[in-house]
Amino acid sequence: MSIIAFVDSYQKKIKKSAFEVVSYAKNIADQSGKGLKVVAFNVDDVSELEKYGATDIIKVNDAQLDAFSAKTYAEALLSVTEGSIYVLSHSNMGSSIGAFLSIKKQATLITNVLSIPSSMSPFTVKRKSFSGKGIMEVTAATDQIVVTVMPNSFGAQEAAGTGSISEASATTSGNTITVNSIAETSGKVSLKEADIVVSGGRGLKGPENWGMVEELADLLGAATACSKPVADIGWRPHSEHVGQTGIALAPNLYIAIGISGAIQHLAGVNASKKILVINNDPEAPFFKAADYGVCGDAFEVVPALIEKIKAAKA
Amino acid sequence: MKILVCISSVPDTTSKINFTTDGKEFDKNGIQFIINPMDEFSLTKAIFLQASAGATVTVLGVGDASIEPVLRKALAIGANDAIRVNGTAIDSNFVAAQIAKVVKEGAYDLVLTGKESLDYNGGVIPAMVAAHTDYNFINACVGLEVDGTNVTADRDLDGSRESVSFTLPAVVAGQKGIVEEKDLKIPNMRGIMQARSKPLNVVEPTDASASLTVVGYEKPVAKSAVKMVSPDNLDELVTLLREDAQAF
Ligand SMILES: Cc1cc2nc3c(=O)[nH]c(=O)nc-3n(C[C@H](O)[C@H](O)[C@H](O)COP(=O)(O)OP(=O)(O)OC[C@H]3O[C@@H](n4cnc5c(N)ncnc54)[C@H](O)[C@@H]3O)c2cc1C
Repeated sequence: MSIIAFVDSYQKKIKKSAFEVVSYAKNIADQSGKGLKVVAFNVDDVSELEKYGATDIIKVNDAQLDAFSAKTYAEALLSVTEGSIYVLSHSNMGSSIGAFLSIKKQATLITNVLSIPSSMSPFTVKRKSFSGKGIMEVTAATDQIVVTVMPNSFGAQEAAGTGSISEASATTSGNTITVNSIAETSGKVSLKEADIVVSGGRGLKGPENWGMVEELADLLGAATACSKPVADIGWRPHSEHVGQTGIALAPNLYIAIGISGAIQHLAGVNASKKILVINNDPEAPFFKAADYGVCGDAFEVVPALIEKIKAAKA
Repeated sequence: MKILVCISSVPDTTSKINFTTDGKEFDKNGIQFIINPMDEFSLTKAIFLQASAGATVTVLGVGDASIEPVLRKALAIGANDAIRVNGTAIDSNFVAAQIAKVVKEGAYDLVLTGKESLDYNGGVIPAMVAAHTDYNFINACVGLEVDGTNVTADRDLDGSRESVSFTLPAVVAGQKGIVEEKDLKIPNMRGIMQARSKPLNVVEPTDASASLTVVGYEKPVAKSAVKMVSPDNLDELVTLLREDAQAF
């Protein structure tokens, strides 16, 4: 039976994490010698998936799937194809569908997966635990498996090959969730999927000073984020709050400006590949978790850094 | 309306996490356990519904006797009664099966949970319970209104916020926003005294096997020492960002 990759999408567009999911599933398919099927719901253009090794793409277009319901999505997925291993993103959408799939198929569900399996039989893999303060290696008891991949942990990897795109119709027991309205909460770049995140803390003194954070983010194609007190005071929206009780991230580069680096903040960002800390307190705990540090006043360092990056890019 | 709030007992957020020397288990020595922060938001919402809609609130925990202080705290915050399923929370499959059994037997209308527990970060038990019980389900709830059997809720959907409607019975996984942090309930002396005489029923687990076996735990690889750059030498930082971090 095939390996199935599910494509996270929103408003008919593929999410970046889906390319990572396809890459991950392709890796498993190659390791196990099984075929790979990639399933996308209500997506306009799926051809970009082929760049990541999706040779067998199943497109489903159905008004019942306009409103996200984990149950309806899981039923629809199982009605168009079945496999032995399902790979989804560890997003709110992917993890919810994964849970329904695992119950319906009596499959082992492994969430927040950080790396490719070290063994295919029994399926053994590392996953995040204790908010990144621990890594857990687990083995599945069944051959049927559902994995959800922590965004940015494996990366999207291009793979040559073209394939077929087919359309299928889904059968479900009906969607009982109605969407009344939708509001975008992320800026130009979605926070959880961003390669680079520029984040500000209480050291920035007030919301009027976020212009330089946004400018630096724009320059790097980054998303913006903030520490919890900044969201609590209302300087920035709650959707930007990262940390143990906010969003957990694993970008390639996390830039922390005027953030102390409390344990609860680190818990959400410690999976970042590189961390740059700008803080005027040499004793700020964040420096211990950083790769690069600048001890200085953010109001001088950040504007100067922006000018230097502009010059370097020119 | 009968509400069931699922409570997970997790290490205090400031805890330093250690594993036994053989790497097989989480080392509980010196760890203080608290109500999982995301569950606390859902519990407070349930207490508000208790007042506004006359709901009864039962809290449920799966675990050995060591989780009882956390359940008593939930009673002190205002829950009517508590259930402890006397099993070891081995994996999400096991825990979800226990919760689902209680939900079905008690015919609860609304099951409130936290979106994720801060120890194993699975984030899937609420959806698994919904799958077992065939209840409506939404994840990452940041706003909830219940009117009879009609529910209107806001949910975070990975970069957007949706207002959705559905009917009870339902499982709702909440987080900050389902109530504001300033509205979180803290037990007062009266609540603590009352909690002592509220029922805490212990039930035996249903037969459900775990589907995951833990091979071992490890700590993330320690970072090498930070490279400090002088604010007067930002060219060096730009080079590091470009060549080492490949930021642009
Ligand atoms: C249960 C619980 C859960 C929590 N969850 C989270 C969470 O998810 N996320 C989170 O972020 N926090 C969380 N916290 C809060 C956390 O403990 C810290 O209070 C918080 O992270 C501090 O935010 P901060 O660094 O922005 O502010 P501060 O602690 O005030 O630090 C500001 C920093 O800015 C620096 N600074 C000041 N002026 C300048 C300047 N001109 N230039 C450069 N640097 C400057 C200071 O040196 C200081 O290091 C949680 C706390 C609890 C109890």
